[in-house]
Amino acid sequence: MGRHPMPAVNLLEVRGVSKRYGAVVALRSASLTVAAGEVHALLGANGAGKSTLVKILTGVIRPDAGTIEMSGRPVRFASPASAPRAGLAAVFQDPSLVPDLTVRQNLRLTGADPAGVRRWLAAMDLGVDEDDLAGDLPLPLLRILDLARALAREPRLLILDEITAALPADLVERVFHVIRRWRAQGRSVLFISHRLVEVRTICDRATVLRDGADVGTLVLAERAEQQIVALMLGPMAASPEALRPAGPGAGTRPDAAVRDRAGGASAAPLLLEARGLAVSGALRGVSLSLRAGEIVGVAALEGQGQDALFDCLAGNRRADAGEIRVAGRTLAPRTPYDAIRAGVVLVPADRVHALLPQRSVRENIALPLYNRAARWGPIDLRDEGARAGAAIARLAIDTRAQRQVRRMSGGNQQKVVVARWLAAGFRVMLCFDPTRGIDVGTKRQIHRLLRDLAAAGAAVLLFTSELPEIPLVCDRVLALYEGRVVRELPARAADEATLLRVVHGLAREEPPG
Amino acid sequence: MTPYTATGRPEVRWPAARRALADRPALTLGGILVLLLAATDAVSPGFVTPHQLSTTLLYAAPLGALAAGQTLAMLTGGIDLSVSATATAAAYLIAGLGARGTAQAVAVALALGLAVGMTNGVGIGVCRVQPLIMTLGMAGVLGGALTLASLTFTNGVPVVPDAVHQLGSGTVLGYLPLDTLVWAPLAIALLAGLARSGLGRAIYAVGDNPLACRLAGIRVWQVLLLTYVLGGVLSAIAGILLVGYTNAADLNLATPYLLQSVAAVVIGGTSILGGSGGYGGTILGALILTVLDSLLTILNVSQAGKQMLYGAIVLGLAWIYARAAPAE
Repeated sequence: MGRHPMPAVNLLEVRGVSKRYGAVVALRSASLTVAAGEVHALLGANGAGKSTLVKILTGVIRPDAGTIEMSGRPVRFASPASAPRAGLAAVFQDPSLVPDLTVRQNLRLTGADPAGVRRWLAAMDLGVDEDDLAGDLPLPLLRILDLARALAREPRLLILDEITAALPADLVERVFHVIRRWRAQGRSVLFISHRLVEVRTICDRATVLRDGADVGTLVLAERAEQQIVALMLGPMAASPEALRPAGPGAGTRPDAAVRDRAGGASAAPLLLEARGLAVSGALRGVSLSLRAGEIVGVAALEGQGQDALFDCLAGNRRADAGEIRVAGRTLAPRTPYDAIRAGVVLVPADRVHALLPQRSVRENIALPLYNRAARWGPIDLRDEGARAGAAIARLAIDTRAQRQVRRMSGGNQQKVVVARWLAAGFRVMLCFDPTRGIDVGTKRQIHRLLRDLAAAGAAVLLFTSELPEIPLVCDRVLALYEGRVVRELPARAADEATLLRVVHGLAREEPPG
Repeated sequence: MTPYTATGRPEVRWPAARRALADRPALTLGGILVLLLAATDAVSPGFVTPHQLSTTLLYAAPLGALAAGQTLAMLTGGIDLSVSATATAAAYLIAGLGARGTAQAVAVALALGLAVGMTNGVGIGVCRVQPLIMTLGMAGVLGGALTLASLTFTNGVPVVPDAVHQLGSGTVLGYLPLDTLVWAPLAIALLAGLARSGLGRAIYAVGDNPLACRLAGIRVWQVLLLTYVLGGVLSAIAGILLVGYTNAADLNLATPYLLQSVAAVVIGGTSILGGSGGYGGTILGALILTVLDSLLTILNVSQAGKQMLYGAIVLGLAWIYARAAPAE
């Protein structure tokens, strides 16, 4: 961007860096320039390639192509140890302290300078008893400690990956204070955050990644958020064609039916209600309700508590507070079994967590049928075959590799996970990103299936990282931000641009409902 | 590191052999068994006679029962190192209590198997102790208890009841060993149970992916508990057959069978990582080991030499399976 006076010295210059994992391109060609004395933001939607670029910069992975220069000299990070030598220090989302060691031992372990750490903590008006076990400290303090430790190394470039994510507002302010001091000393920060408001407050410039490439660098001024969102989004015409109905009757959403139902939805029975669900560090009082025949979307950036929400509802994790009711009866699930008995089933994010890779399609589908000791006797093979067969037919599962599920394609595997619950029966289906990484055709089939299930009286809670799916499949959408529901929108109003603003915690002014 | 070819697929060596082992274990194993019988007959002409085959079955039955428990444990991704100690303990109880009545002795021996299995199952399923550690500790406890108990037997002569002796060594209809008549229904029940019962499905599932089981509502601890209980009872049955054959109990009665039980399961194609395989393979594995043992005896190979060979077989097969396992 020519408007900004280009600084004389570029501290970090990344040019055309790319990385692919097998067939998946994580980073196509990313370039990035950080000047000396600059706080530079790295932005992008989920899967844009931010974390891959950070991993490359910190020597965790090696790029396939491209160059990295520090102060004009090419550098090559062969391992995580070589980045600090080049003057880089990073603070990651997960605290990198050993919980069973004291703070002092942790500092010694990493060769940090205790005096420097103390000095930086003092600069943030914080003190830590160095004889405390790291595991006993609260998460925000651990992150601050991580930050102080990185600062004490006196690197030339500090990389902060979502440093503010777990911090209360007052600590965020102190972190910003330190960052400003750091900048005043002529040193630089690469700041990665989902919170655009913070980015505007603290950063000088921002580089936006989309689909593995840098799509623009801009100077952060007033109203820069809208510009950033526009860059992240790209030209709307380029939004995935596949998610649009292919033509009349191609069978995505029967719009007329949806409208009809939207009118009469309140008459349908409530199937799932949650009140004030809380999980420390993840969920801060989430309430929601699902009626029969309804698909409710959950839109959120990574790590806004959606994992904990789904885990609590599915009985895979206990909530610290809050209440769950299924069809009017209180459910306090201690295991997924309890939730499944009540009719609440989970299609988890990772197929690897749900499948028996060495077993056949039929055994995978039949698995929940045998989740009670009362069903451990002889199998009614005809009944099992009929249930599995019906589910296979309904989802059009390709059974050529049916003897071992691990030999099937990702899309087919995902269908097997869904088919399992068709065979076992359920009232509420919790789908966590069911279409991630699968082909367009299968995506459409799953969308259609979810609509059919809802039409047949089930309720579906759908988290998806692909925002265009929401208006296509859902009736309503809840936006989750920092463990809270910040907005509720009818799906019609949930176009991608609106959603993107909402999930970034912008446009909060309109009250939910 | 797995070498990768240009297409990004893991390079597979001997794909045909591996697929044969993985997809049609019965054919491969049956072939090996026939080859071994032929080899033994060549070394010692006249080996393949009804009488010798009958003896082979007689020898194989205790191993087959012991390896049955081992199969179940390994299908769940675990291992049971207490099978031989349990069998020996059951044998001791038969010999020690034989004078008081056969039925009582057998009942107590089976109850011991149940108790050992229950303890293993609670430790592994509920307290989440590593199966290796849990059953190794159990074997140690049982071994120590047996050593103490054996001191009391020096006062009187332990007597194996005649019925048990008959069961472990006799034959009917000329060539059919009685212990095979115990083993066969057990084997049929296991084969049918693993293929066509809800518990069988759950056992495979737990071995393949315990997390998936949890998310599907299966309470993994229940499956593990029942698996090790069955293993304990099967081990006790093996001990009863074994003491019937030897007609006397000693502290190391079943000790050589521990490695053989693992070998039979692994030869039979059950994955040491759990989740695939079955008892059919184990039966063939037990028969192969029994014939191999005869062949080695005819060739004058010492007990130590046999042990080394069995150990090498387990290691070799474990290596092959580890390489064939799905890459992460």
